[in-house]
Amino acid sequence: MQRRTFLKGSLAGTAVAVAVGAGLLTPRAVLAAWPKAAFEAKKVDDVLAKLYGAADNTPSDKITIKAPDIAENGAVVPVSVKAGLDGVESIAILAVKNANPLTSNFSLGAAALPDVSTRIKMGKTSDVVAVVKAGGKVYTARKNVKVTIGGCGG
Amino acid sequence: MASKTIKLRARAKGDKVTVKCLIKHPMETGLRKDKKTGKKIPAHFIQEVVATHNGNNVLTADWGPAISKNPYLSFVFTGGKPGDKVAISWVDNTGDKDSAEVAIK
Repeated sequence: MQRRTFLKGSLAGTAVAVAVGAGLLTPRAVLAAWPKAAFEAKKVDDVLAKLYGAADNTPSDKITIKAPDIAENGAVVPVSVKAGLDGVESIAILAVKNANPLTSNFSLGAAALPDVSTRIKMGKTSDVVAVVKAGGKVYTARKNVKVTIGGCGG
Repeated sequence: MASKTIKLRARAKGDKVTVKCLIKHPMETGLRKDKKTGKKIPAHFIQEVVATHNGNNVLTADWGPAISKNPYLSFVFTGGKPGDKVAISWVDNTGDKDSAEVAIK
């Protein structure tokens, strides 16, 4: 009986903790700002225009994209972006030939370093573009990734 | 505090903290068709991931459907030390959400 009460008590405790955590962390205010137009844009320039207000960008060799040369499975392409620039505000990752090129946009807080990794889906062989906004300017870097359809590694 | 969908690790090296996280989520694009019925599977993907360190926002990620199924995210930030709390929360386009918190090792 005691054990049962104890279990009940701890379960209730966890539920409350989870609820509080969720309530505190809910990014609802920011969610309203989810850049729908940018995610629905069909061209790289349009994405840039929707995200940053203009399609102007400067190619930069200070941005490193780590992605495989050949991705056997287009559904899972690991991509890392590192930028050797100061004052990086955001990093976006685009797959040029996807129906909607924008895959993700990371807004960095004050403490975050410009070094993010994730995994993206790619419809076919194309360039991966990393767009870094630093100090009010937009920098880009590209890397071609071959996608082998069928996943046999051929 | 265990979250059902988020696996979260944070490790400090000097004052740099590397956070790695795996989220369990289908990430449906809304373009795929169900082979049996021929109907489109509705879109279901994470739209936003927020990471905090001791309650301060570190990183906000806006994601589209082109992020892989069961997404992986890793990033680095400075100023963290072992014992500090790192938390991740996500919200998807259907309003589902989850969060997890872990102490930096």
